[in-house]
Amino acid sequence: MDLLASIFLDPFVRMGTNPTFLVQVVWEGFVSGVLYALVALGFVLIYKASGVFNFAQGIMVVFAALTLVGLAEMGMPGWLALAAAVVAMLILAFGIEKLVLRPLVNQPDIILLMATIGLTRFLVGLGEMVFGGEPKVMITGALGIPTDVLRVPLFGKTLILKEIDITAAVVALAMVAFLAVFFARTKIGRALRAVADDHQAALSVGISLEKIWVIVWFAAGVVALVTGIMWGARSQVSFDLEIIALKALPVLILGGFTSVPGAIVGGLMIGIGEKVGEIYWGRLLGGGIESWLAYLIALGFLLFRPQGLFGEKIIERV
Amino acid sequence: MFGRLGLAFSVASVIAAVLPPISTAHAEESLYVPLLTYRTGAYAGSGIGIADGMHDYLEMLNQRDGGIGGVKLALEECETGYNSQKGVECYEATKGKGALVYNPWSTGITLQLIPKAGVDKIPVLSMAYGLSAAADGKTFPWVFNPPMTYWDGASVAIKYIAEKSGGMAKLKGKTIGYIYLDAPYGKEPIPLLEELAKENGFKLAKYPVPGDKMQDQSSQWLNVQSDSPDWMIMWGWGAMNPTAVKEAAKIGYPMDRFIGVWFSGGDDDAKAGGAGAKGFLTLNFNGTGANYPALADIKKYVFAKGLSQVKGEDRIGENNYNHGVYNSMLIAEAIRNAQKIAGKKMIDAADMRAGLETLNIDAARIKEMGLEGFMAPMKVTCDDHSGENPVYVQQWDGAKWVKVSDWIEPMTDKIRPTLLADAKAYADKNAPWPARTEACGGR
Repeated sequence: MDLLASIFLDPFVRMGTNPTFLVQVVWEGFVSGVLYALVALGFVLIYKASGVFNFAQGIMVVFAALTLVGLAEMGMPGWLALAAAVVAMLILAFGIEKLVLRPLVNQPDIILLMATIGLTRFLVGLGEMVFGGEPKVMITGALGIPTDVLRVPLFGKTLILKEIDITAAVVALAMVAFLAVFFARTKIGRALRAVADDHQAALSVGISLEKIWVIVWFAAGVVALVTGIMWGARSQVSFDLEIIALKALPVLILGGFTSVPGAIVGGLMIGIGEKVGEIYWGRLLGGGIESWLAYLIALGFLLFRPQGLFGEKIIERV
Repeated sequence: MFGRLGLAFSVASVIAAVLPPISTAHAEESLYVPLLTYRTGAYAGSGIGIADGMHDYLEMLNQRDGGIGGVKLALEECETGYNSQKGVECYEATKGKGALVYNPWSTGITLQLIPKAGVDKIPVLSMAYGLSAAADGKTFPWVFNPPMTYWDGASVAIKYIAEKSGGMAKLKGKTIGYIYLDAPYGKEPIPLLEELAKENGFKLAKYPVPGDKMQDQSSQWLNVQSDSPDWMIMWGWGAMNPTAVKEAAKIGYPMDRFIGVWFSGGDDDAKAGGAGAKGFLTLNFNGTGANYPALADIKKYVFAKGLSQVKGEDRIGENNYNHGVYNSMLIAEAIRNAQKIAGKKMIDAADMRAGLETLNIDAARIKEMGLEGFMAPMKVTCDDHSGENPVYVQQWDGAKWVKVSDWIEPMTDKIRPTLLADAKAYADKNAPWPARTEACGGR
């Protein structure tokens, strides 16, 4: 009876008696969700264009953030370092297209996946060689990102909001909105979808695969840079940021591999779901449940929509 | 395409053939000391400073004194990436070269090497980490964890909290939070903390941080916010440390009631927290800063000659670097001891075991080593392979660590029975666990 009460009654009593804390939990989940969505977005962009699961997305986040902070440490002003990091991601996109993707056109997907694993190891080595493995502090001040803590009165208690979290949410949502419109409404977006469906068919109607791939990998690189800035500011910039790529997997399962809006909705559902689950029910299972709870939520949805919330339903006719 | 790839492979092969491994002084007449380090991967932020400190102290002895007892040390680093499997691969790849001792620098790797140590007859030195129960020299003759175990550290944290609260009796009714990396390392002190909670009537609130949540601890700190523990203790590593410090500052948790273990006290861990980290406490067993003659010699004989991998001179003296120095000091002193006991310069791993088992570093020897004020006198015995030596508390003042307590003795009387029981349980679980045959302080 006690167990049933602790599952079905106590959590809701806690929510009702301390609504400020509930809002705090949902806000933290929202911020985590937005940041998960950013990571997932990088995967979605590349999957849409090349049909490949980009194993290197996590290390691209690290590499982009390290380039920014590393250049700043070398004495470059913050905004110039940011511009240089964007240029570095463009160069990386050109390099990947020329040296990895172009020679592998029409190869099976597994070959492309293996190529991105190779790319991961290469970027780890390059990053460590150029910038070293020591953790670095994100240059939030030089980039004008506020880092203070706001304490807002709510329902007689205090809601704690970090300005960096508010900034992350605004920037991430703006970026997702821009990319969603860009890929849905522009010529490049249509070309991208054509490339995703069939490389050879896209080539036959005059779409330049090279151009599309460079654009998409560059966009994924910029998303990685923004992700690296936001996650780096919350923690530090080091190679362990690569682990955050794992956060994207349940989001992708839930939102679908091909949908930009799916990434954001999936991210928010996972982010808020795992936080509420951890805080109000986690203690029943010893705590630390959010890592697998995210997958449980995603798998639950898969039972009803195998293609994810917004993924394209694949219909194959005999 | 394949032509280019072929060319790239050829170039890589030539480079691999030409470049030597990261090793120094691997001469014919030398004592081989493999260093299991991690300069890459997710935990490199913590591992690099330690690797540099370990290498540089031993290299300083090579450069300044011509090695130990007239024999140079052959140092070879093997990259583990803080990965247990890679750590075991490093061990297997180097043990045949006459390795004197292994320093796994990971509780996970240590747990893998403990059963091998007695079989291969090569001692494992897990300095202030690894399996606490390994301090029982009767059960684990080949494993050493000086200067103290995690249980000693946990007991010192509780003693410090009690002292600040007005005595052990005042702990009754209080809540002490324990935030930890959800891995063997973080779980290690839990049995002792639970026992102390039961005995002293305080509540232990646990906040596990899964490895993939190190950068996002908002859930754990929301729970802390909800529970409002009177004190917080942390067993963190890698990115977990700076993130926890930032989150604690965010919820307005009083930093002078937040104590980390010695491995949560990296300079970068506290610096990342910015102004919010001021007041943060950690345990420690080595001095910080470079104001010691031995560290001045490292600068003179190693850094100035370009023999160190350390990024800048200011990194010499950081806490993680000094952990590495302390570790290598133990290796060097054990070698010196072993040479004395064996009566020969070229010792083997069995001699090294005896050298470790008879470590007794007093104040005079500390001064002689150029480390006065860096450490407390310490001793290892045949029965007690950790020595249960004292620990002090340091506080981050916004720019550097400052010592804020005297040396605090661990609760040996509480720890020892639990530790022996745990050692027995380990041996029973891994039966048939070999009975000790090695003579005390001998082969």
